[in-house]
Amino acid sequence: MSQVMILGGRSDMALACAHAFAGAGHDIVLAARRSETLGPEKADIELRYGVTVGLRDFDALDVDGHEDFAAADPLPDIVICAVGRMGEQDADQDDVAASVAVMRSNYEGPAAILGAYATRMEARGTGTIVGISSVAGDRGRATNYIYGSAKAGFTAFLSGMRNRLTGTGVHVVTVKPGFVATQMTEHMDLPERLTAQPAEVGAAILKAVDKGQNVIYVRGVWRLIMGIIRSIPEAIFKKMSI
Amino acid sequence: MSADLSGWGRYPRIEGRRIPVRDEDGLRAAMADGPVIARGNGRSYGDAAAQVGGTLDMRRMNRMLDFDADTGVLTAEAGVILGDVIAAFLPRGWFPPVTPGTKLVTLGGMIAADVHGKNHRRDGTIGRHVLWVEVMGADGELRRASRSENSDLFAATIGGMGLTGVILRCALQLAPVQTGWIRQEMIPTPDLDAAMEVFERDAAQYAVAWFDCLAKGADLGRSLVILGDHAEPSDLPANRRPVPFDVPVRKARRVPLDAPGFALNKYTLRAFNALYYRVNAGKAGRSVVDWDSYFYPLDAVHEWNRIYGRRGFAQYQVVLPLEASRDGLRTLLDVIAAAEQGSFLAVLKRLGPEKGQFSFPMEGYTLALDFPVSPAALRLLDRLDAITLDHGGRYYLAKDSRVPAEVLHKADPRAGEFARARQAAGYAGVFASAQSERLKL
Repeated sequence: MSQVMILGGRSDMALACAHAFAGAGHDIVLAARRSETLGPEKADIELRYGVTVGLRDFDALDVDGHEDFAAADPLPDIVICAVGRMGEQDADQDDVAASVAVMRSNYEGPAAILGAYATRMEARGTGTIVGISSVAGDRGRATNYIYGSAKAGFTAFLSGMRNRLTGTGVHVVTVKPGFVATQMTEHMDLPERLTAQPAEVGAAILKAVDKGQNVIYVRGVWRLIMGIIRSIPEAIFKKMSI
Repeated sequence: MSADLSGWGRYPRIEGRRIPVRDEDGLRAAMADGPVIARGNGRSYGDAAAQVGGTLDMRRMNRMLDFDADTGVLTAEAGVILGDVIAAFLPRGWFPPVTPGTKLVTLGGMIAADVHGKNHRRDGTIGRHVLWVEVMGADGELRRASRSENSDLFAATIGGMGLTGVILRCALQLAPVQTGWIRQEMIPTPDLDAAMEVFERDAAQYAVAWFDCLAKGADLGRSLVILGDHAEPSDLPANRRPVPFDVPVRKARRVPLDAPGFALNKYTLRAFNALYYRVNAGKAGRSVVDWDSYFYPLDAVHEWNRIYGRRGFAQYQVVLPLEASRDGLRTLLDVIAAAEQGSFLAVLKRLGPEKGQFSFPMEGYTLALDFPVSPAALRLLDRLDAITLDHGGRYYLAKDSRVPAEVLHKADPRAGEFARARQAAGYAGVFASAQSERLKL
């Protein structure tokens, strides 16, 4: 039975991926800080789908430990990185330490661990790497550019890694979910038509992995929206409030 | 943030604060500022799961925690959806012991409303199959309640409409089945007496009648009585016997928009009901149908509540005591048929005796009909209330959206006792729904 490693396994999106892949018969490993507290999630997924769920301690910011983490047997068939942290743009922009924490959580940590897996999967000659990035990385905006810039870096990293690994048997999927109704966005008033449920994200990622898609927007309308936002000339864009 | 807290009937429309609950600490914090009510998947019809000041969205508390494959006891959080229980455990030979007419309900909601199904006479309400519940009390303490431990809290919580605390977890006894199929017998009955005669035979585990609430005179109570029993492998065609839990996947459809008001009138309704009766009467007899089509025909039409239009609908469900059933049903049906504003489908079931402290059922017949909301429909329901009171009937709070408090208290003396017990226990200021405020519970 193939195994799916989900990094940042506590988030709503990560758990939605766990349900989607477990529903398709994959064993799951949830990797997160204090993973022992994910016991109820483990029991839930095992009961619903009859698969095995493992729990591993993982701290995305502890990059010194990433080589060892990725070296542990068995090397998973699929790795999904759902690590991320939105931060508070207004407060963080005046606080270097807080800004850096957002940058590291959304770029440095995720890129470093996936890089460590990429090398091992390349050596094996099979595998799929999924990075959950964000539409926020498609263009920096005043309201969330610290988070967005880190996601932009992560998107570029995934793109480059896909380019490198093409032909090696290892595939890289970039996911740009758009708005998702998760704990992270619970306090926000999101437009319903643009907002996916976590389960939609899980289903979209499962499909992307099965079909070998490269870059997916969970709701197609986001591809259009971000296409428009990217095409606005900077002289105009800089005056806009979006 | 303001959220739509209306019930399935979309009447009354309620907007208010929705508070997602993910853990016990979050729940305690939410309970600190004013009365709250827990809400599951929003399938109660009226205002039972809405509190403008704070409605606890329990759908994220939806983990299955344990299953004993020898005994069939499932331990789960209250937000688990019944359909997910079926998906996980029917392939292993277990089915919910009691189910309402939709599988899109949460376990917590089922227990709070102490739901019944087509097998009430044989198997009682869901409460009979609950081994324990864990309830967050008004004091912020989590208590396990069962028939032997905190038994008063257990008795008050089963059917307590979330007004005794927030149900967080439960242990539920599932029922063993040998297949995912139901042996069905459809019996067309030309009038009410004939339908009741079939019910009184008590010939099957499940029994329900769909009746034409617009048929008058000699046709009054014209019904299709549908009996059912869990099928055994030998009931299935040979090719299905090796995979007795596999059933064809049903294609779901969605009601794409609110039906305009004029789409529903006495002519379209009468035509629909007459056609439904005739088409199905033609299918009379025995057949084997899959569990999903048998128990949840309407789940295949997503958002079917929209067929009643923007103003929503009210369901009228009452139970009449056995000795008053024939006369009471006839009187109700007479008035409904004469008013010519009944619904597509109306449902009749025979209930057995029920001991639940504040649960809906009693030995007798329960009638349920949908009415598109209009001033005339609401006046008609007031007239039906008088008939219900005359015959000693009582109301199903999971369906109610409009009963006046004095009618409820007259119909059901237990309501006053329940309200007094809530006051005495200090629940009343902490747990309250729009319905409990309306009904003075």
